[in-house]
Amino acid sequence: MATVTDPPKAEFRLSMLIYDTRYRSMTIQVVALIGFLLLVGFLISNTVQNLATSGKTVGFGFLTEPAGYDINQVLIEYNNQNSHLRAAFVGLLNTLLVAVLGCITATVIGVIIGVLRLSPNWLIARLTTVYVEMFRNVPVLLWIVFAMAILIETLPAPRAFRGDDPEATMKIFDTVAITNRGVYVPEPLFSRSLGDIHLFGTSSMNFDISLDLLLIIAVVVASIFGVRAIKRNADATQEKTGKRPTTWYLTLGTLVVPLLVVLVALGFHLGYPALQGFNFQGGTYLRNSLIALWLALSLYTAAFIAENVRAGILAISAGQTEAAGALGLRPNRIMRLVVLPQALRVIIPPLISQYLNLTKNSSLAIAVGYMDITGTLMGITLNQTGKELETLLLGMLIYLIISLSISALMNWYNNRVKLVER
Amino acid sequence: MSNLHADTVAFVRDTMLPQKEPPASTVGLLGWGKKNLFTGPFNTIVTILCTAFIAYVLWMLIPWFFSPTWNATSLGECREMLTAAGKVGEHGTSGACWGVIRERWIQLLFGFYPAELYWRPILAFVLLAPALAPVLFSDKVPGKLLIFSAIYPFLFPWLLWGGTIWSPICAALGFVILYAVVKYGSEAIGQLGAIIAAVVAALVWWLFLSGYVQDGLAAVIPLAIEPVASRDFGGMMLSITIGVVAIACSLPLGIVLALGRQSDLLIVKSLCVGFIEFIRGVPLITLLFVASTLLNIFLPPGTNFDIILRVIIMATLFSAAYMAEVIRGGLAALPKGQYEGADSLGLDYWQAQRLIIMPQALKISIPGIVSTFIGLFKDTTLVSVIGLLDPLGLSNSIRADQAWNGIVWELYMFIAALFFLFCFGMSRYSMYLERKLQTGHR
Repeated sequence: MATVTDPPKAEFRLSMLIYDTRYRSMTIQVVALIGFLLLVGFLISNTVQNLATSGKTVGFGFLTEPAGYDINQVLIEYNNQNSHLRAAFVGLLNTLLVAVLGCITATVIGVIIGVLRLSPNWLIARLTTVYVEMFRNVPVLLWIVFAMAILIETLPAPRAFRGDDPEATMKIFDTVAITNRGVYVPEPLFSRSLGDIHLFGTSSMNFDISLDLLLIIAVVVASIFGVRAIKRNADATQEKTGKRPTTWYLTLGTLVVPLLVVLVALGFHLGYPALQGFNFQGGTYLRNSLIALWLALSLYTAAFIAENVRAGILAISAGQTEAAGALGLRPNRIMRLVVLPQALRVIIPPLISQYLNLTKNSSLAIAVGYMDITGTLMGITLNQTGKELETLLLGMLIYLIISLSISALMNWYNNRVKLVER
Repeated sequence: MSNLHADTVAFVRDTMLPQKEPPASTVGLLGWGKKNLFTGPFNTIVTILCTAFIAYVLWMLIPWFFSPTWNATSLGECREMLTAAGKVGEHGTSGACWGVIRERWIQLLFGFYPAELYWRPILAFVLLAPALAPVLFSDKVPGKLLIFSAIYPFLFPWLLWGGTIWSPICAALGFVILYAVVKYGSEAIGQLGAIIAAVVAALVWWLFLSGYVQDGLAAVIPLAIEPVASRDFGGMMLSITIGVVAIACSLPLGIVLALGRQSDLLIVKSLCVGFIEFIRGVPLITLLFVASTLLNIFLPPGTNFDIILRVIIMATLFSAAYMAEVIRGGLAALPKGQYEGADSLGLDYWQAQRLIIMPQALKISIPGIVSTFIGLFKDTTLVSVIGLLDPLGLSNSIRADQAWNGIVWELYMFIAALFFLFCFGMSRYSMYLERKLQTGHR
């Protein structure tokens, strides 16, 4: 007689929480969550206790109090009676300024170096390798401090420009003064200016945007659209008749004429820096902390970008180049039409993270005294108000937002150029 | 008339001609130059420009480099020596001032560590080689050295910071307890119970008991070496200490974070993603500010632990987040078949990870892991911003010194060369490792 065994009863035992795969993942997650909440609770209770002991309160009210310190490089109007919030905003703009400048130059240098590293010319390939290894293997902070020290120690002081027989002279037809305090370059001026547009009223984020600048940007953008229309027309004609109409003078005209007209209408002229007393007046003044930071960050990041570019180009198989050559394309067209579009897909993701790195590395500005968000909010404001918790959290939040927006933007672009697969 | 070929022509060669020498212009130095340097007019111009550039740099650098200022004690004295040697350019004297390196190199290496105790950091770093050897060159050194690798983490801080020998021994005893409870408790209370019991026992030991035992033992058998305070640490020694410890800790943490991010458990996954994205979104310098000012607020009142330890914790967390992303890349690059193959063999999650997934994923991500290491080592210079005296922090104080005010190139070139040596070495090692582990899949 066969004994029939019942299937095990589905009664719940406590050990099933651990040994039954149906419940185990739940258990682990609950334990992890409880652990995390306990940790957060522990930190918060410690914080509350510590703040109570030291008699501090938590609050962001200090942001509206007058900052009381000066910032030497500003993009918008600022004086030491403005609030801490405005000082932080000035710092944020300075961070963005050096990040944007750095990303542009780093990309340009990086692409050139990366392409040259693949050159068949033995000498230039080795030279660029030396460049890349030199910059990649030495800390960026050292480059920043080094660049700053070189600018201060080796460039002439403004007083060297004085006298009948000065030790130093201005460069490029007497328009640019390179001194150990910074570089003075000509500034664009408009004698029939349209004035400024004032944004955000009286809040601490208010700033002026020059209408002249907006107009010029609008004209340039319109010109670019015009040029693209001309190219489309030419393409259409070529499709229809087989002959490509000559368009270079139209293109050139569309680009140059409207811009010239606007510039003349606005009364564009350059304001040159001139030596007055002990220092230069007029022109746009770039402090050497900005220049050192910009230079060091671009050269350092360029070494990494060069490697990304090189890897991207090497990732395209030689068969692609050979096939394009077999179709009868010239080398530069092979590069432009076949290799680069494919290489870009490989290059862009690491390029995004290099841009992010550059932006985060710009916080090292504090080492040379460039007043970015780290120097203002997390530097002087922290020291003056003693609000470590609030300033640091706010500063980290700002960096987080910048990082996440850059990566979101670049991911959007990456998705656009990505190869559409099955 | 015969149609045979041999009858119609006068001569048929029946032996091969000896091979001719290749033309002189395609072999040797000349051929190499023609192929690599002078392929066309454009390349020729580039070559000439490059040669001119290199010649110019060497022309400027070599006379500057070889300057008789080794014994100078101040920048002024350097200039006098250069003037005496006739090295005067149009902008004053031109030549390196090596006196600063002679006077300060030992400080740049050790900071303010007591001079009579230099043997301790030196011994610690020399012993690092045999401790790392069984891990790095597993095929060339006997496996028994691994025992030393296990002892080393306790020896290292003791040698650097000094103090009684009982504190590292007590710390190590915690691990012994952990191991013993797991090993002998498994049969009695099951594996999971044993692990939990072991962790609890070890924590009780570390948090409550080891302090008394340590004091007691120290009172009975006072075996101690002179303690050194953290503020005396400095120079390259500080960078290497922070770098080595943070590197060693960030790899396992990074693996755990990467596994967490790849897991199916929603809460674990979101915690890991949140941590990784937060750390990667902020600059290291803000985390160091947190370490130097905020950590005391977050911890129980009265805790005040060492600034170097705090920096190491922050650097570890920072590079663990980057490490996690690198390893996640390796995990994602593995074909799905590897995971399914492991499942079909009946391996559980940890067995599959340990035996199948991780060895391959880590191998793929070696270049990324090493470049994260290099990045971390370079980032140790950031501690100079929060006032620790790493080589960069020391360089600021040297440049502020009356005697060396105005010195730039020599000092920074020396520091840069030190960092270059380590980072370049690491990158070469990663290339060696990649070649060694290459199993020929491509």
